[in-house]
Amino acid sequence: MQSAQAFASESPSPTEEDIRTIVAAHVDREGPLLPILHGLQHAFGHIPQSALPLIAGMLNISRAEVHGVVSFYHDFRDAPAGRHVLKLCGAEACQSMGADAIGAEILRALGLDRHGTTPDGAVTVEPVYCLGLCACGPAAMLDGRPVGRLDAERMTTLLREVRA
Amino acid sequence: MKIWVPLDSAAIALGADEVAAAIAAQAAERGVEIELIRNGSRGMVWLEPLVEIDRGAGREAFGPIAPRDVPALLDGTLPGLGPVESIPFFARQTRLTFARCGLIEPLSLQDYAAHGGLAGLRRALTMAAPEIVDEVTRSGLRGRGGAGFPTGIKWNTVLNAPGEQKYIVCNADEGDSGTFADRMIMEGDPFSLIEGMVIAGIGVGATRGYVYIRSEYPVAIDVMERAIAIARHQGVLGSDVLGSGRAFDIEVRVGAGAYVCGEETSLLNSLEGKRGVVRAKPPLPALEGFLGRPTVVNNVISLATVPVIFEKGAQHYAEFGLGRSRGTVTLQIAGNVRRGGLFETAFGLTLGEIVDDIAGGTASGRPVKAVQVGGPLGAYMPREKFDTPMGYEEFDGQGGLIGHAGLVVFDDSADMLQLARFAMTFCAIESCGKCTPCRIGAVRGVETIDRIAAGDPDAIPLLTDLCDTMRDGSLCALGGFTPYPVMSALTHFPGDFAPRRKAAA
Repeated sequence: MQSAQAFASESPSPTEEDIRTIVAAHVDREGPLLPILHGLQHAFGHIPQSALPLIAGMLNISRAEVHGVVSFYHDFRDAPAGRHVLKLCGAEACQSMGADAIGAEILRALGLDRHGTTPDGAVTVEPVYCLGLCACGPAAMLDGRPVGRLDAERMTTLLREVRA
Repeated sequence: MKIWVPLDSAAIALGADEVAAAIAAQAAERGVEIELIRNGSRGMVWLEPLVEIDRGAGREAFGPIAPRDVPALLDGTLPGLGPVESIPFFARQTRLTFARCGLIEPLSLQDYAAHGGLAGLRRALTMAAPEIVDEVTRSGLRGRGGAGFPTGIKWNTVLNAPGEQKYIVCNADEGDSGTFADRMIMEGDPFSLIEGMVIAGIGVGATRGYVYIRSEYPVAIDVMERAIAIARHQGVLGSDVLGSGRAFDIEVRVGAGAYVCGEETSLLNSLEGKRGVVRAKPPLPALEGFLGRPTVVNNVISLATVPVIFEKGAQHYAEFGLGRSRGTVTLQIAGNVRRGGLFETAFGLTLGEIVDDIAGGTASGRPVKAVQVGGPLGAYMPREKFDTPMGYEEFDGQGGLIGHAGLVVFDDSADMLQLARFAMTFCAIESCGKCTPCRIGAVRGVETIDRIAAGDPDAIPLLTDLCDTMRDGSLCALGGFTPYPVMSALTHFPGDFAPRRKAAA
């Protein structure tokens, strides 16, 4: 699970009704919890703490079990990310093409000393292990859009996008 | 004029969407009527975005194309590569599983059927369940996800397992670095996976299937979901598969960034909505799998290969290959290579032929130092082992493994101690935590490698011992195989494990 700094969300925090609607949409599926969590994160940008007891009640499992699942997976956040999410691949194929150096350069250019969110909330930089772009590394993903052969020129373009 | 621009993630990552937009805009400006098709990738990633144009005399390839090349491309003044089939990298392949990938429009079921699609399923629907399973067994197909377990034997266990409800679960949690074949086939020929899953369902008596796709693959998720909806609408899926009266349906499930969920029992737990913790075997998933019911868990490539086996016959498939490795292997050539991409060929090529000849050496132009075969849990193969032929037993005999057939090439700037340390770090981060050798061993592994780097001579035998414990004592391949990259790096590149002097000293 990712812990990001909390930012004043532009939308008001989700109501119990909002959460119940999303949980109810998946509750009859076989193994509904991951689809529920994806649904919540898609709607609110994170998994609100207030959703945990509601999910537990509706699935008839303990709150601890729900917490256990949420915290097991890297994708689920307990606070919203920055306005953009930049995932940088650090797996072996990208390392062989110099991913470590370009990744460090990107963090430096954003004023970050490690993965995380910039103080202005513009971008969250996250490590990712393999985007399946292993023949065109170093690879990245900006807001779900794949980026390959990351070099100084592509880096400049990406940084311009996340600062816009 | 027909123009193909791939929708494959790798092509998009290299600018295919911008190229497609530029082509559409230029064509509109010129008043030229074009049919723009977003196809799968032909697998030559170094040429992406690879655009194909048919002006009436067949498809001609151009690449890599940038938006600024588009005017010349449409003028017909841009030098081309000829037909894709004439490009040596492509011409040397034997494409069975990937025969349609890049050739057809991925979401056109008509196009799919016009290129041999659904022929296998139609044949399977005329066969009794044990005959279907037997056909797969006779093809010699082994699990392409990495374990290499005979697919027919697994199916037979599920067929004979008692149970009202059985499942086909497709493992599309392709998390290994250097692998992208699952992603490519899902993006470029999704119906082949759907057809393979339906045949599996009819064969073992399962009516429900799940495709568990990792969240890092948004394009593949989108294409698969749309393909399933089309297949359902056109009667390939649903309560009456192709009018046979048999039922089978599929649902996509999305992972959540846990590498260990590529392990089949952990995947099943995740699918059930639990933590992706590994289960002890037995019971086999074939007997007690998803929700405790008999379940086939197969990799994407295994299932997507099933249609061609039924279309052309088990014998045809089994005629390709080497020893007990039958059929074709979908090599994924990655990392620091001149020509990277997907190369499907019969088992049997040597590692050296693949790396030096087909891939053309490194992208950096420096000498090849090591090739990691089989993902992050695969061994680093030095040049001395380049005569090893691609085959499950052949690689095993050389202290390696084929895994999902990904090859990551490193040039001589690679630091093998750092790569060994990375393997342990990765295992520590991604360990599900269930078994001690993996959970604790990986953490101790990182510390021990740091001691080696600091010049402690006692740390090397300790690391060796630790790797033995992890290999023999872990529940699954994550802890059990992390010793492969670590020990191969230590054994074949001892110079990189010599004490390091501080740069400032």
